[in-house]
Amino acid sequence: MTSTTTTGAGTAATQGEQRQAGDPIVPRPDIRQAALRSIGKSGRSWWVIVTTLGVIVVAGVVAWIFQLRDGLGAAGYNDRAFWAVYEADLVAFIGVSYGGAVVSAILRLTKASWRAPLTRIAEATALVTLPIGMLFIIPHLGSPEKIWELVWPPYWNLSSPILWDFFAVSTYLLATAVFFYLPLIPDVKVAISGDGVPPACAGLRYRLIRWLYATVGRSWDGTTGQRRILHGALGLVAIMIIPMAVSVHSVLSFAFSSSSRAGYLETILPVYFVIAALYTGVAIVIVAVVAFRRAYRLERWITKRHVVRLGFMMAALGAIYLYLTFTEYLIDGYSGTAGNAAWVHQIVAGRYWIPFWFYFVAAGVVPLLLIAIPRTRNVKGMTVASVLILFAMWVKRLVIVVPAATEPLVRSAITHGGAVSSGVAPASQGSPALGIGGGVAWGTYHFTWIPIAITVAATAAIPLLLMILFKIFPVMSVTELEEVAQLEGLEVDVDGVVRVLSGATSERPRAWRTGSGVPAARSGPPLHGSGSGAGLKRGRSDKQLQPESSRAPAREGAGTLSSPDAGSGAGGTTIGGDGE
Amino acid sequence: MEPTAPEYRSGTSTHSSLSPGAANPSRHPGAPRPHDNGLSRRRFLKRVGAGAAGVSILAAGGADLLPSSASAAPGAGAGSPAKPKASHQWCMVIDLRYCDGCKQCTAACQKAHYLHEDQTWIRVFTMEGESGNTYHMPRPCMMCEDPPCVPVCPVSANFRTDEGLTLVNQQRCIGTRICMNACPYQARYFNWTSPAPAPRQPFAQTPEWPVPQVKGTVGKCVFCAAMLPAGKIPECVAGCPMGVLYLGDLESDVAVNGFGNVIKLSQFLADNDAVKFKEDYGTHPRVWYILGHGQDLGSDSEAS
Ligand code: SF4
Repeated sequence: MTSTTTTGAGTAATQGEQRQAGDPIVPRPDIRQAALRSIGKSGRSWWVIVTTLGVIVVAGVVAWIFQLRDGLGAAGYNDRAFWAVYEADLVAFIGVSYGGAVVSAILRLTKASWRAPLTRIAEATALVTLPIGMLFIIPHLGSPEKIWELVWPPYWNLSSPILWDFFAVSTYLLATAVFFYLPLIPDVKVAISGDGVPPACAGLRYRLIRWLYATVGRSWDGTTGQRRILHGALGLVAIMIIPMAVSVHSVLSFAFSSSSRAGYLETILPVYFVIAALYTGVAIVIVAVVAFRRAYRLERWITKRHVVRLGFMMAALGAIYLYLTFTEYLIDGYSGTAGNAAWVHQIVAGRYWIPFWFYFVAAGVVPLLLIAIPRTRNVKGMTVASVLILFAMWVKRLVIVVPAATEPLVRSAITHGGAVSSGVAPASQGSPALGIGGGVAWGTYHFTWIPIAITVAATAAIPLLLMILFKIFPVMSVTELEEVAQLEGLEVDVDGVVRVLSGATSERPRAWRTGSGVPAARSGPPLHGSGSGAGLKRGRSDKQLQPESSRAPAREGAGTLSSPDAGSGAGGTTIGGDGE
Repeated sequence: MEPTAPEYRSGTSTHSSLSPGAANPSRHPGAPRPHDNGLSRRRFLKRVGAGAAGVSILAAGGADLLPSSASAAPGAGAGSPAKPKASHQWCMVIDLRYCDGCKQCTAACQKAHYLHEDQTWIRVFTMEGESGNTYHMPRPCMMCEDPPCVPVCPVSANFRTDEGLTLVNQQRCIGTRICMNACPYQARYFNWTSPAPAPRQPFAQTPEWPVPQVKGTVGKCVFCAAMLPAGKIPECVAGCPMGVLYLGDLESDVAVNGFGNVIKLSQFLADNDAVKFKEDYGTHPRVWYILGHGQDLGSDSEAS
């Protein structure tokens, strides 16, 4: 955006060309080119990464087959540790999906225009992580072959939190899909009606994507009415998805708290889960945004400012989470009831002190510092913080799930009772460091390779699915970028667009503004096609005009929309007039 | 003290008439009194569930609102006024005065049900008394009148019979283990691996006779439900060489141990100041303990 608008301001030639095309939206070709870059021909590195991730995922499936054969015991479970890694995974993976959806929804509802280049990645992250999280139900279940019973109404037990969990998550999945789908409708139309988009796609893939786009955007022709409906629908979904996500994580926590166990029977648990989900969700959005920004060279649209703003959101959530943790442990530890106090003691100073303090440092203190210190308040700093958070919060989920599940409810002096309350690791069921499965023991839980492999596989599946998804759909929302650009452009000025989309006074826009030669050189290539997609070069320069004309009938609506938007103001006339 | 039979089925009256834990506070200083303020944890959940179901279209399609308790044991839940009369209400009395911790009850149970060694459906815990002494405490399933394990199952695999037994339908159990989370007595055991091999049984695997166990499902003490109608006492009761365990029937107010000693249940419980385990959880267990070694069962899980 930066470049495009500055292109407009700086290089009159380009601008003139574009405006002559009769399109009211200046930056179109540039944005489209960048957003569709991911759809282009896959490079070697893409294949290498996808293959590696694919192998990891397959390894996870193999691990699950082993578990299927040997039973859940092979995953380190036993009667004194009936919930552990898979339950933490369920919480963690469904949790991260929260971020994408809610970040996008909140930014939409608050009309934060800087969201424009981020929404697609955020929504895609939600769309991809949620099914992966849901899939953890399968290794979690002892008898996955009977999973159909969950959708068989005569068997439903409506007082069960797990059933409501299932309902809530399924509904949420539907909402996430809709939330991804809706903004896509105008987008694919823009993409398809453009200059032979998707670029650098040939043969079967080209036809497939074209067909898909045509199907998705079937009845979209961008009239004012349609736009209004779409905006309304998006607003509605954005409003709905927030309570929906809150309910999902609350109900998830009820599954734990419908118990008499210290650490599960906690009033704070639903809030805790919701905040943790948001926290990790923003972190994964940052990681995804940074990764795709880098991979598809979107630095011009997604600037340091965007990442840092997300970082601020993350910091706020991290601080709340830290506060909740503090509250919970303080009050439980103070309570004096042996169960709760012993449980807190186990976590803070007992058997689980390493994972707990690891969380405290890696997802509590360090991210806050990285955001607080100006020197590290940059893309790299935020990325490091996010990765740390994602891992440490997974560990924290284990700290939530495992100690409470392994807490003995019937104390017996000889086997474990006294030992637990005095903070010494009990020797029950043989918990020396190397346990049943030869794994590392966490109290009565013993890590084995199977849940680790499955967890790693699920983690690998996130980038894998995202990469595949962005092979099919544009990595940024073209229409949203344009709309914001247009809106801001009409309301403010060209510099306003720069400010809004690239984020205030980052160093680059200034450079753009002053040195008009530089932007021309920089923005020229992608526009005129020497940048990527060799086969497009020829097409692009002449199609630069073509798309506008070919879109002309379809875009009529948009044209008329832009004028009312402009309120027949100066901006509208300027651009439109220029176009004429 | 002459409690009439129907009284036993109501959690409230059972407590007030029979549980000396309530009648004799000096025994458990500081222990919360069993209270029944009309809305127990489980009933609260059930109502919330039913309410949610009422407003939910999901309740359509003939789905039983509360299959967990309503259909399996109509009215058997505590406090329900109109209940069909079952001819038995099973319970257990465990006389800790004579338990020497030999664990033969566990062995007998495991042998009969073909369980793995760590599947201790009746487990003998070694507890520490208040004076630092140790004593032994067998713990079967408490057959709670208000069982927390039942309402949490998503597929209604847990149910309560009208004879007061909480059972697991292992053919249906999908293995979420949320009931293991819910049970305050740690009485549920999962089949983490393939169950121990069992010879062919004369009849099919049922909740009443869960042999062989099913891999990936939850199993627990069933009071040997299949043997009771035949007039046989559970394996653990029969296997106890000290006559500690009694199988009781609240309906006919008698109990019998492995020696064949028949006692008048209400009289025995009252005379010996019987208590229940973790009574304050509102589960209304149907297992009574007779203390005798200065034991303290603890009003809460940690008090021992
Ligand atoms: S003791 Fe546990 S398994 Fe038995 S009925 Fe009570 S809650 Fe259910």
